[in-house]
Amino acid sequence: MSAAMDESAVIPHSHAVVPADISGEMLDLEDDDDLEVFSKTTSQAGGSPVLSSMPNSPGSMVNQYQLEEEGGGVNTRDMFITVDNPESHVTAIETFIVYRVLTRTTRGDFDSSEYEVRRRYQDFLWLKGTLEEAHPTLIIHPLPEKFVMKGMVERFNEDFIETRRRALQHFLSKTAEHPLLSHSQQLKVFLTEQELTAHKKQGPSFLSRMGETVRAVANSVRGLKSRPEEFVAMQEYADDFSNKMASLDKITQRIIKEQKEYLDELRQYGPIYTQWADLETELSEPLRGVAGCVDNCGRETEEQIRHLAEVLEPSLHQYVLCADTLKTVLRRRDNIQAEFEAKNDALTSWSSSKKVDHETSSRTMEPPPGSMRTCETRKHKNSREELKEEAACLEESVKNANRALRGDWSRWEGSMKTDLKSALVSTADKNVEYYEKVTDL
Amino acid sequence: MADGRRDPSDRTGGSEPAEDDLEDDGKATKAASALSGRLEVSIAETEKRNGKNAVNMQETFTVYLVETRPTEALAEGRNPAPDSLWRRYSEFEVLRSYLLVTYPAMVVSPLPEKRAEFVWHKLSADNMDPDFVERRRVGLENFLQRVTSHPVLSNDNILYRFLTEEHGWKEAVYETGFQDKADSRLRALSATFRVRNPDKRFVDMKHYSDELQSHTSQLLRARARVADRLYGVYKVHGNYGRVFSEWSVLEKQMGDGLQSAGHHMDAYAASIDDILEEAEHYGDQLKEYLFYAEALRAVCRKHELSQYELEVASQDLVSKKQQREELATGSVRTFSLKGMTSKLFGQEAPEQREARLHLLEEQISEGEEAVKERRAECQVHVYSAWGDVQRFRQQKDRDIREALIGYALMQINMCKKGVQMWSNTKECFLKM
Repeated sequence: MSAAMDESAVIPHSHAVVPADISGEMLDLEDDDDLEVFSKTTSQAGGSPVLSSMPNSPGSMVNQYQLEEEGGGVNTRDMFITVDNPESHVTAIETFIVYRVLTRTTRGDFDSSEYEVRRRYQDFLWLKGTLEEAHPTLIIHPLPEKFVMKGMVERFNEDFIETRRRALQHFLSKTAEHPLLSHSQQLKVFLTEQELTAHKKQGPSFLSRMGETVRAVANSVRGLKSRPEEFVAMQEYADDFSNKMASLDKITQRIIKEQKEYLDELRQYGPIYTQWADLETELSEPLRGVAGCVDNCGRETEEQIRHLAEVLEPSLHQYVLCADTLKTVLRRRDNIQAEFEAKNDALTSWSSSKKVDHETSSRTMEPPPGSMRTCETRKHKNSREELKEEAACLEESVKNANRALRGDWSRWEGSMKTDLKSALVSTADKNVEYYEKVTDL
Repeated sequence: MADGRRDPSDRTGGSEPAEDDLEDDGKATKAASALSGRLEVSIAETEKRNGKNAVNMQETFTVYLVETRPTEALAEGRNPAPDSLWRRYSEFEVLRSYLLVTYPAMVVSPLPEKRAEFVWHKLSADNMDPDFVERRRVGLENFLQRVTSHPVLSNDNILYRFLTEEHGWKEAVYETGFQDKADSRLRALSATFRVRNPDKRFVDMKHYSDELQSHTSQLLRARARVADRLYGVYKVHGNYGRVFSEWSVLEKQMGDGLQSAGHHMDAYAASIDDILEEAEHYGDQLKEYLFYAEALRAVCRKHELSQYELEVASQDLVSKKQQREELATGSVRTFSLKGMTSKLFGQEAPEQREARLHLLEEQISEGEEAVKERRAECQVHVYSAWGDVQRFRQQKDRDIREALIGYALMQINMCKKGVQMWSNTKECFLKM
């Protein structure tokens, strides 16, 4: 009986708890992440989708709105997006899940007020990619992960799909709320066009992404001259925040696990009272009473587990991913600054070497072949101009990036605070509810 | 369970007052004369002692201070100093063993467990653990109070001397020779024999006691596992406390809210220790009846044993009478070796026959005496035992009902605390 406690590292004096058995860090990086084979639904030949029973219940949609309303704050929302109705789509080569994306909007730049399209996970990846390319230093809400190789999560089960669906919806909602991102052309295309394949080809190609990565690596190797103070602070914050979120996520998962085991024991505990009650006469009633209470307790515990798993844990997990986004965004900003500095260095070193050349040539007083000289001068003059332009351009980029990040950061912070606050309040509420219900019995 | 809680304002001593709802065939008067009516008993303190045990080895053991006060004096408003003496657990065991042997028709209250069983993770299995010692003190006090309220047991002299004579008691109890009887009793209890006509009530009671034992032990085991798990849930929340605190350092606006929420989580995690310690009382109440089931079973078995002995004696008498008849009439009713040999080898001499007949007559009259005795024994046992079983049943119904109510109240209390804690935490979150 005490074996389960032994393998955990829970010590009653609030020491570190990190349990060794939750392998949430490992990622299984498959290419096609929404390749799913439903073991329970029969796959049919051809393209006819098989319905899996997962309609988005109106109740939960309303809750989603409420949560987001609280987060929305000042602006009145003019765009409402839902992701629902995951269906298994079968072709000759593969099987994957397709979601329905429903948009309702009052915005003028949209032709219609309602749109319905079908999208798969890869499409979402594409959208995110284009947004990142266009706005490298804006904080974009994270997508749910690629399939994670956790020991406990079954690959194709309902819970996984439901969790993913919610996260996708959240992604779109957050993006639509963002003052800059919501006006992105790619977002519009994503929400309105039936067929994305044409647009996808215009998106960031594999090679250009490679290029970015190579430059990034090169720049990180050469090092940054000086990072502005505010961004150093942000970096530190991002690191710490990431740790805290990861811890909270793990703790919550651990609580869910413990609660489940508690529930199991309760389920065995209750019936013993009933069995005993069968034996007795006078005592039968009170014994059955206790059995009933234990059963109710079990039901409430189940409810509590559900809430933790569906509300708090996903919220925390989201922000774990957000923390990573923060770090990435900061890195990109650093890269831009590094590029600028590189160009700047080239400029200054070039102009100093040019200066030396000029002096030496005037001293020699030997006129080189005239035409060639003019040509060279002209060539040098052009490169110099180009270089200067590029440098100026990059400097502008850096400024923009910084400004964007700064602005976005505070916006994100506010959003984070509201989100987590509401999740935690909700959890607290749930616990209060739990205890109150159990008391009533 | 008698009110065994150590509450100084509550020295009422006895479990039920004498005018309780016992059966009205004279038991009421017996209860009034129970020792508890005259003497208030309690166990006030415990101490650790060092000494040599039976095999002359050094050991540490706990002693319990048994205090007695005359109830008359208390009723009159006086508060005399109690008489007291120290006893250790093994002495209680001897006392109980004596009572079991001497009063086989009585359901004798059990002692608290010798070693901690049904232990869950945090609970210590160490006999020297102060919590364990305290619970044992309560259990021993409860034992004494039950025994001194018992209509029959409380009149026992050895019991009286246990309570009042520190040193002479041991010799007295061994002089009764109960030790030998104790051994044979144990053997008899576990022996297998086939009894033909036991009193059905006792057979049913025996089945009941088996079931009671099974259910209470299952319950105790399951309860321990539930406690273990609940402990885990609460304690993990303590980690929230730690991380919230660390996180609050990073944040500007959210800092205060997070910090206080963290404190509440710490308090929440710590609260489970007290909650579960209190809940042990419920476990002890169940344990008492787990052991009581054993005592009840022993009484039923004793009945079966006396019934069996009666049957054996009767059977013996019947066969002896048959032999006499055969010998007297010369006819062989049943096949016997003697009959065959006498047929084959001729009858025996008349003098031998006379001698044998004479012997048989003696044996028969002895046998008749024996059967009479056995029958009387059996009937007395049935009568007194059934009376005590009834008493026990009523006590059990009362006690368990009380225990269940107490348990429910405890749970409600725990939930109220939970509501409090999470409401506070919510307040903190709202301030973030």
